[in-house]
Amino acid sequence: MEPILQAKNVSKKYGKVVALDNANLELYGDEVLGVIGDNGAGKSTLIKALCGAVQPDSGEIYLDGKLVTFSSPIEARKTGIETVYQNLALSPALTIADNMFLGREIHKKGIMGKFFRVLDQSGMQELARKKLSELGLLTIQNINQQVETLSGGQRQGVAVARATAFGTKVIIMDEPTAALGVKESRRVLELINEVKSRGIPIILISHNMPHVFEVADRVHIHRLGRRLCVVKPKDYSMSDAVALMTGAKEVPTN
Amino acid sequence: MSDISKDLKEQPNFQEEIGSKDQDHHTFEIEKPNTLKKIQNFLHGNPTMVPVIILILSVITFGLIAGGKFFSAFNLSLIIQQVTIVGILAAAQTLIILTAGIDLSVAAIMVLCSVFMGKLSVQMGVPTYFAILIGIAVGALCGAFNGWLVTKFRLPPFIVTLGTWNVFFALVIFFSGSQSIRGRDIEDFAPLLHFFGERVNIYGAQFTYGSFLMILIFVVLWFVLNKTAWGRHVYAVGDDKEAAELSGIRTNRILLSVYTVAGVILAIGAWVSIGRVGSVSPTSFYEGNLDSITAVVIGGTSLFGGRGSIVGALFGALIVGVFSSGLSIAGLDVLWQRFALGCLIIIAVGIDQWIRKVSN
Repeated sequence: MEPILQAKNVSKKYGKVVALDNANLELYGDEVLGVIGDNGAGKSTLIKALCGAVQPDSGEIYLDGKLVTFSSPIEARKTGIETVYQNLALSPALTIADNMFLGREIHKKGIMGKFFRVLDQSGMQELARKKLSELGLLTIQNINQQVETLSGGQRQGVAVARATAFGTKVIIMDEPTAALGVKESRRVLELINEVKSRGIPIILISHNMPHVFEVADRVHIHRLGRRLCVVKPKDYSMSDAVALMTGAKEVPTN
Repeated sequence: MSDISKDLKEQPNFQEEIGSKDQDHHTFEIEKPNTLKKIQNFLHGNPTMVPVIILILSVITFGLIAGGKFFSAFNLSLIIQQVTIVGILAAAQTLIILTAGIDLSVAAIMVLCSVFMGKLSVQMGVPTYFAILIGIAVGALCGAFNGWLVTKFRLPPFIVTLGTWNVFFALVIFFSGSQSIRGRDIEDFAPLLHFFGERVNIYGAQFTYGSFLMILIFVVLWFVLNKTAWGRHVYAVGDDKEAAELSGIRTNRILLSVYTVAGVILAIGAWVSIGRVGSVSPTSFYEGNLDSITAVVIGGTSLFGGRGSIVGALFGALIVGVFSSGLSIAGLDVLWQRFALGCLIIIAVGIDQWIRKVSN
């Protein structure tokens, strides 16, 4: 089976610091790939290279088997790689519907829409409501509520709904549970499973081992700028993974 | 090495423990929404209501104090005439404040445009409509220059416009030669410049074409800000520039366009101001910058950007007008008008801060 998103021998240096040293990553369809690694292991640089925020010095990125290069996150998004940033990149004073379509609004038909970019607000609200209810987020009653009045978990929900709404091939989620309480984290993990069941693969970066081990199908362990190994959560315990990540344990050969 | 992994294995698994026990320990008791909280939430959802309430209250108060003299159709329409120019300045100012900027040069741009319009048509024989077009181009250019400095060099708007305020004011003196253009000369050579000063009577109320144009500007801007992609992007840029950037909005283009559009509005305001004042004076509207900011702030638009409404600025300007008219009819000295206005600004910002606390 061919990976849907693949990084091959990607390297990136910041001055003399080697952030990525011939790193590889494969993401297959219908899976949640957890990415873990110690601070400074280069996992966030790897993710930034995949979502277009960082341009690697060398190496290739393939999407659906095709070589792609991104000069910005916008370009990556156009090809179907959506990123849910840790700060969510939502505009707090705008409504849920406004936020979901920010930067890619639906315009009215005809001259008003084409030249004056008049918005099709009812159309956007309907679509936003549909996307939210698909993900089981209809507890958010009013689609015209301002995002700043939502709880942290609900905001995450809006960001995820936005990421799934536009013909998405891959979703990258950066520390989605870091700022959330126990209950809200649970909702977000359910949300990840929900998105996965819709056939959109997810790369999940997190420091929270229990969360990664709960939802990930495979766990990519990053160490010293490259992939150390990929393990299946059912074969390894969390402490094994931490030991591998920190170098306390040798990579198993099999 | 085995010690470490043993230690790790002995760590309790918190996740499992939580799963089996009470999960509610992270939720807080839901506060009973008291009346104050309800008001706060209502105002948070409808920020324009603050200036509307203040406006209604102040009209009623002055109506009671000053009686029919204040509460006549003539006086109320006179207030609208008086706030026409500040209203147009505030419309342009709102656009810029919504992007978390501020424009100290609005009045200077307006006066510069009026000098161009007057000078070209009255003293240099350029056809009036063409002089007006050049004036509007000058306004757009001045605005774009501000926007260019803000986006290209990432300078704070406060500093940029503090600089250009002086630059534009110096240009006003240079191009006008410190001379006013007399109203009679304008009437003789370029009557079109007086167009927006013409009055219509409706049941004792007196409106100028300029007042109608000001209201039209607000209606158009309301539509653009609320119903078009550009308008939503203006709010998004002011709210959180980084988030807007990540959402695919070309924030610098939005900013540049906002400053340019503001310049065009100011140039139109210049035409209206010639009609209102009658003549073109290089030293007029010297306090227009601060008056426009006052109107915007009283109108409930946040100086931190992203929040507020264009209509609020109109109400803000009207509140200022009602206060100065009411206080002077009530026979109070001008110094008390300033005093009241100052208190109003502080109260308005205080209310804004209080409303914003909803989100925390």
